[in-house]
This record gives sequence, structure tokens and C-alpha cells, in this order.
Amino acid sequence: MGLLSKKDSKLILDPLADNNPITIQVLGICSALAITAQLKASIVMALSVMVVLAVGNVVISLLRNVIPGKIRIIAQLIIVAALVIIVDQVLKAFAYELSKQLSVFIGLIITNCIIMGRFEAFALANKPWRSFLDGIGNAAGYGLILIIVGFFRELLGSGTLLGFKVLGDPIAKTGLYAFGYENNGFMLLSPMALIVIGIIIWVQRSRNKELIEEH
Amino acid sequence: MEHIELFFKSIFIDNMIFATFLGMCSYLAVSKKVSTAVGLGAAVIFVLAVTVPVNWLLDQYLLKDGALVWLGEEYADYNLGFLSFILFIATIATMVQLVEIVVEKFSPSLYNSLGIFLPLIAVNCAILGGSLFMQSRDIPTLGLALNYGISSGIGWFLAILAIAAIREKIRYSNVPAPLRGLGITFIITGLMAIGFMSFGGMLTGGDEKKPAQETKAADINTEQIQKENTKEAAAAVSVSEVSTLTKQ
Repeated sequence: MGLLSKKDSKLILDPLADNNPITIQVLGICSALAITAQLKASIVMALSVMVVLAVGNVVISLLRNVIPGKIRIIAQLIIVAALVIIVDQVLKAFAYELSKQLSVFIGLIITNCIIMGRFEAFALANKPWRSFLDGIGNAAGYGLILIIVGFFRELLGSGTLLGFKVLGDPIAKTGLYAFGYENNGFMLLSPMALIVIGIIIWVQRSRNKELIEEH
Repeated sequence: MEHIELFFKSIFIDNMIFATFLGMCSYLAVSKKVSTAVGLGAAVIFVLAVTVPVNWLLDQYLLKDGALVWLGEEYADYNLGFLSFILFIATIATMVQLVEIVVEKFSPSLYNSLGIFLPLIAVNCAILGGSLFMQSRDIPTLGLALNYGISSGIGWFLAILAIAAIREKIRYSNVPAPLRGLGITFIITGLMAIGFMSFGGMLTGGDEKKPAQETKAADINTEQIQKENTKEAAAAVSVSEVSTLTKQ
């Protein structure tokens, strides 16, 4: 990290593990779970959130002395909504199938708690460059969980990754399927996303005992 | 009939929490005690019941493809659909503020019980999600939109009530240390969601056929079955009579 000072690189690296938005801060679960049945959708969702959060953090940080405290929530909502509309239109233009599949969940980035949480907690009190790094870091932490969940759900649920048949062909019985392996269709159903995240939390907290909650 | 169908469908089958995971943030954050969970749940029902019909009107008369035709023929080609996010969220933020003021004025006791949660709700995904699903599912009338708002609010309320009650009880059980708090809540929610999936069987087949034809067909079927049943019964009676006669 020669480019960034130690303090700045901490802004990016912290949310990836010990201060992860999903597993520790409990933010942004709303739109995260329903779209992780496929790795591709998870990656697109993670990238969209990263764009919105990084740019939004910079805008809010630039305007932080102009926005009156009382109406800041509405001001924030309008800025996020404008950014999300841009992302939505870009996705509709260049990846129409995927945007159909993500349906309302791109729109729900507006009310994604990560966005509002970072605006309130960080961008309103910090300079643009640091806010930008904070946005990238938190979105990366969010995306990491999304991609892990998407990876396992697609691999175990349909035996593919990004649409490639990595475990062999289930109909022709090649690869693993030759030995009697079956896809676990249950992984494709939405409740399994919650359970996979529960397991990720379990693994993370048993590795780092400081994160364990009382109750 | 379609009202009842939509009502139960949005409470149980398309439950906000268990089927689409909307409003998870406040669901996880405010479900430690039953009393606060009830307050938030009631506020969500209330705000959904107000914002979904308002956004339905906006969608019908402003946003849809060709919705501006009521202004005059020359406006028929406009499609303002891309503005729906910003308009919906602005409506929600203002409606929440308005509801807060009205409730404070007319019902201070309700205001005190909902008070803290009302401003929080503006950024609850369940509220915006309700409006966006209303738009993407093409709900046809204002009455149905109102119904959809109320019933999906009730579904959310039930979910947060259930998890709060479970979390109050789970304090006394011996959960593995790393799973305590958030981890076990996720897993319980997952298991509850699997349970709620069984409601999916409640309304099977209703989507494909028109209700009128179906009921006629059903009537005919039941009539036929009754006829057959009576025939069989008569046959059975006659057989038994014969058998008793032969025994005698």
C-alpha cells in the first residue's frame, strides 16, 4: 500500500473482516439475500453498490457543510436515488437480462442501510478522499460476503459457477456426477442464504473471539 | 375474492421477511424485545397502508408508459418510468413526516408508542420494497393497492413479532458462543423461512384459470361425484340388502 498512508489503507481493509458491514455492523442485509442464488448476480449487485456508495460518499462529503442538519435524510435519499437511477439505466442498457433478474433489488439499493449508515457515520464528518476510500472499503466488505454466499449457493445448488458447469454435466453423468453426486436444489431457495450467512458469522466469530456477543 | 386471495398471499406466501428479505436491517436490530417489536411492526403496517396507495396513484397517473394521457393527447408518448425511484422515495419520506405530524397532533398516546420508530421507517427497505413490488406486479386497482399495503405490513409485523418472542426465550438456552446474538438469529430466520415456504401450497392453481369457470367446473364435479356417491351408496345398500336377504 505505497499509494495510501497507513490510516487510509485501514479504511479499506477494516470493513473486509473485523468491521464487516454485513456480519458485524448488521447493515445492508435487506437487498443482499434474495439475489445470491447465482454468482453473476451477486457480483453485479456488489459492483452497483460499490459505485453508488463511493460516489455518494464523495458527494455527501463535499456537501457536508451545506446540507442543513434537519433535512439531511431527505437530501441524502435524493442523492442516492439519483445515483441508483443512473446505475439502473446503465444496467438496463448493457445487461438487460441481468437487470430483469435483479428486478426491484437494484431500486432497493436506495434504502440499503449500508448507504445511509456510512453517510451518517462517516461522510458527514470527513473529507472527500477519505470518504471515497471508506465507501470503497465498505462496499468491498459487503461484496465479499455476497460473493462468498453466491459462490456456495451456485456451486452446491446448480453445480455451476458463472454459468460454467464446473462439476460436470448432470444429464450426461460426467465429472462428479459419474460417482453419484447430486445437486442440492435446496441451496437455490432463498432461506438457505440466511443459513449460509449464519455459518459465515459462526466461522468468523470462532476465529476472532473478541467479536462474540453476550446475547 | 381477489381481495381475500391477495390478502393471504401477501401475508403468508410473499411474506416481506421470509420470501423477499425486505426490512431485514430493522428486523434484526429491533427484535430484541417483544414490546419494541410490536411498536415498530405497527408503524410499518401504518406507513405501508398510506404509502402504497399514494404511490399507486403516482404510478397510474404520472409514471407509467402513456400515463400522462389525461393531460391531453399530445402527452400520450411520454414514459417517465425511470423517475419512479426518486418519486417513490420522496413520497415515502414526506408521507412519513406527515404521518408523524398528524399522529402527534391527534393521538399523542399512539405517537408516544410509535414515536422513535416513525423517522426510522423512511429508510426501511420494506416500505420502498412494497411500492416497487406494487409497481412491478401491476396491481390493478386502488383498493387492491391499499389491501396489498396493509397485508404485507401485517406479514412483516407477524415476522418481527415471532422472532422477538423467540429471541427473548433463547436467552436461556445454551447457544455455542460464536453463534450468539446475530448468528443464531440468522439461522432461526432461515428455518422460519423454510417453514413459511409450506404456505406456498395454499393458493396453487388459482393463477391459471378464471374463478367463474373454475367454480362452475367444481360445481359440476361435485354434483357428479355426489351422484356417483349416491349411486354407489344405493348399490351398496342394495347389495347389503341382498346379502342380508340371502343370509336369512
